[in-house]
Amino acid sequence: MYVAVKGGETAIAHSLDLVADKRRGDRDIAELSLEQIDQQLGLAVDRVMTEGSCYDRGLAALAIKQARGDLIEAIFLLRAYRTTLPRFGASEPLDTSRMVAERRISSTFKDVPGGQVLGPTYDYTHRLLDFSLAASGERPDAATAPADTASDLPRVGDILQRDGLLEPPPAQKEAEAEDLTRQPLVLPADRPLRLQNLARGDEGFLLALGYSTQRGYGNNHPFVGEIRYGHVPVSFVPEELGFAIEIGEIEVTECDMVNQFAGSHDVPPQFTRGYGLAFGHAERKAMAMALVDRALRAEELGEAATSPAQDEEFVLSHSDNVEGSGFVQHLKLPHYVDFQSELVVVRTLRAEVEKRREQSFLSQAAE
Amino acid sequence: MTTSLLAPGLADPSHDAQRLFRDVLDAFSHPGRIVELRDAPAGPGTLSPAAVAFLLTLADRETPLWLEAGLDRQEVRDFLRFHAGAPIVYGREAATLAVIIAGGGDPFAGFPIGTDTYPDRAATLVIEVPSLEAGPLRTWRGPGIDGEVRVAIDGLGNGFWKAWAANHALFPCGVDLVFTSGSRLLALPRSVAVEI
Amino acid sequence: MPDTMPPADADQNGAYNYAYLDEQTKRMIRRAILKAVAVPGYQVPFGGREMPLPYGWGTGGIQVTAAIIGRDDTLKVIDQGADDTTNAVSIRRFFAKVAEVATTTHTAEATIIQTRHRVPETPLTDGQILVFQVPIPEPLRMLEPRETETRTLHALSEYGVMQVSLYESIARHGRIAKTYNYPVMVNGRYIMSPSPIPKFDNPKLDRSPALQLYGAGREKRIYAVPPHTQVKSLDFDDHPFEIETWSECCALCGSTESFLDEMIVDDAGKRLFVCSDTDYCESRR
Repeated sequence: MYVAVKGGETAIAHSLDLVADKRRGDRDIAELSLEQIDQQLGLAVDRVMTEGSCYDRGLAALAIKQARGDLIEAIFLLRAYRTTLPRFGASEPLDTSRMVAERRISSTFKDVPGGQVLGPTYDYTHRLLDFSLAASGERPDAATAPADTASDLPRVGDILQRDGLLEPPPAQKEAEAEDLTRQPLVLPADRPLRLQNLARGDEGFLLALGYSTQRGYGNNHPFVGEIRYGHVPVSFVPEELGFAIEIGEIEVTECDMVNQFAGSHDVPPQFTRGYGLAFGHAERKAMAMALVDRALRAEELGEAATSPAQDEEFVLSHSDNVEGSGFVQHLKLPHYVDFQSELVVVRTLRAEVEKRREQSFLSQAAE
Repeated sequence: MTTSLLAPGLADPSHDAQRLFRDVLDAFSHPGRIVELRDAPAGPGTLSPAAVAFLLTLADRETPLWLEAGLDRQEVRDFLRFHAGAPIVYGREAATLAVIIAGGGDPFAGFPIGTDTYPDRAATLVIEVPSLEAGPLRTWRGPGIDGEVRVAIDGLGNGFWKAWAANHALFPCGVDLVFTSGSRLLALPRSVAVEI
Repeated sequence: MPDTMPPADADQNGAYNYAYLDEQTKRMIRRAILKAVAVPGYQVPFGGREMPLPYGWGTGGIQVTAAIIGRDDTLKVIDQGADDTTNAVSIRRFFAKVAEVATTTHTAEATIIQTRHRVPETPLTDGQILVFQVPIPEPLRMLEPRETETRTLHALSEYGVMQVSLYESIARHGRIAKTYNYPVMVNGRYIMSPSPIPKFDNPKLDRSPALQLYGAGREKRIYAVPPHTQVKSLDFDDHPFEIETWSECCALCGSTESFLDEMIVDDAGKRLFVCSDTDYCESRR
């Protein structure tokens, strides 16, 4: 009888062995290397780094391998590792106009300074399974133009903004940005905090919310002002130096969404912005984030906030897939004490109903 | 500032802080209970070892610290900056921790008391007293106390307990107090009523 | 498993901070705990960290335990009252590994007891700390999903919505049909979720000599009930609070006073009742 409740230690040890065994799979098949995951499953690595809030391709690849390709599990692994790392400080804000772009498109203008750069994208592929990939074989290198590292790449938004047609980005705050990974989310949140939350947020959740705004649940007429993807330098001011030094480069995808204009009799109308940023190449995530960011500005811009994507507390409280995954799956934990309590009360209530029925039957019979 | 002139901090920061925190937690959980802090470091200047231990256990760069003028000396500031990293502030309203010498005027005025929605955003004040046992007896009642407890803190100024009654009346807002003397301390959270 | 285990070999722990959390995080949690003790029943927001166990699986309790535990402690971990349920085993192993701490299954020997869903049957004593794992710390959450609203309700002591909900239960069922996570009033000021313990355990919270700490990791809240503090289960004069009773007794130790788990032992649906608190049960056999 105690099989079900005793011997937990041994059973757990066996379960851990089994999951490691499953992870390796058939020993006759070559084992995946982290380099293979990084190079050949790079978009999975990008997603894990973004939602894991940690830019390290090697660690993200390790997490993906350990999680057997379950990206939400991999994000969790990376996050749990990240929290143990010492924090040296905050970097200077990224200047994406200094990006060496591999891809850069705008859907608002036919041509823009710096040009439309298609780069590597699935956008123009036909989604036909390519059976040649099922067989191994080397591919020839693709032709590439030399990257322009010398000049800045002006943002389309900045050009619109110069003419007053687009609202400027919010002024840079003096104080160091709050850090969601160290302080609890306090509501109402300001925009930097919301963007932090969305950047860590689950891509699927943001995609669905962004999609819902396009179907009328909080529509704000978006245009892709610009999407760019490439390398940007990261600068940091060490306390002992007092000036910024470049500490490396990261790959990011940035989306500047241009939305429905706001204005009135007195304020000249101008387009408004939604913003998205993700590590690596993650256009779907950056765009969904930009749509939701804009939707969450409803109150600030004097719009009626009636749709789920415009509800700050709803969106920010449920965007995190590590939180959601844990809490949904905690239902697998034993709940038999609570269930026993429910059983006791349901039986008591049933007995009381039966008793009342019996009594009313008896009293009817007596009449 | 040269670190060689600094008084030493906790010998084993992780384990000492854990042990001292448990003593402090015991004190907060049992208002009025005198807790001996084992191996409290001597610290700089006139600060009691108990006050030093309390600060090294709980202060860091996230806890702006206010020091009473009599304590606000270079060696004390250097010690707390070096060992705890706590920013020293000069406005009471910016403090989350403070060290006060007993006997002064209105000891609580101006420190953060929290808000109705966030009463936790209130300061904790360390009050240095000559004795935790030799003063006039007062009766304390409230959470953490089994019925009532009699406490005899010495050296508190006139009107101190009246000011405390006003602080207690703010509950759930209000400041929390820690009285320190030598290597011993006792706590008085805002939830506790003191008979005048 | 032996009932009491000595601390694990310290050598293997070089890869971790003591008790997993870094010192800065521990200080932040310790400050939150002191404020929680100072305002009994009030939920203190804290900068909860990702832990190596999933949210919903005890990360709040684990963070609280990690912030208070030391090498002198003896830790007991229970889930559903039992020391050997999978999650209790997992958490106990975690602390044995990262905190070099002795573990026990005996309630009386433990200095810290981390629990999910039960309060031990053996009365607790002065100096013991009971750490609860809390999934939803907000007692009003199922009545009002918005944190911004519930925070205001607590600030104003505006608890009518809870009274109405309990009254509706009486109107429908003839009694308060809430059986676990039964709301309590702490020190006459804050309505508090006692975590999903059965209401059978609620009376044990009232004026307990032990310190009660509650940690909610995903929701990033810590709250506390100091020793000897009044914890009153909500009720009405004409419908006083009452706890579950069984007509059966424990099949193993014969107890008629403990919370019983029900097991289905054959295909015909035959039932057997045994103590949920395995340590209590074994000590009586």
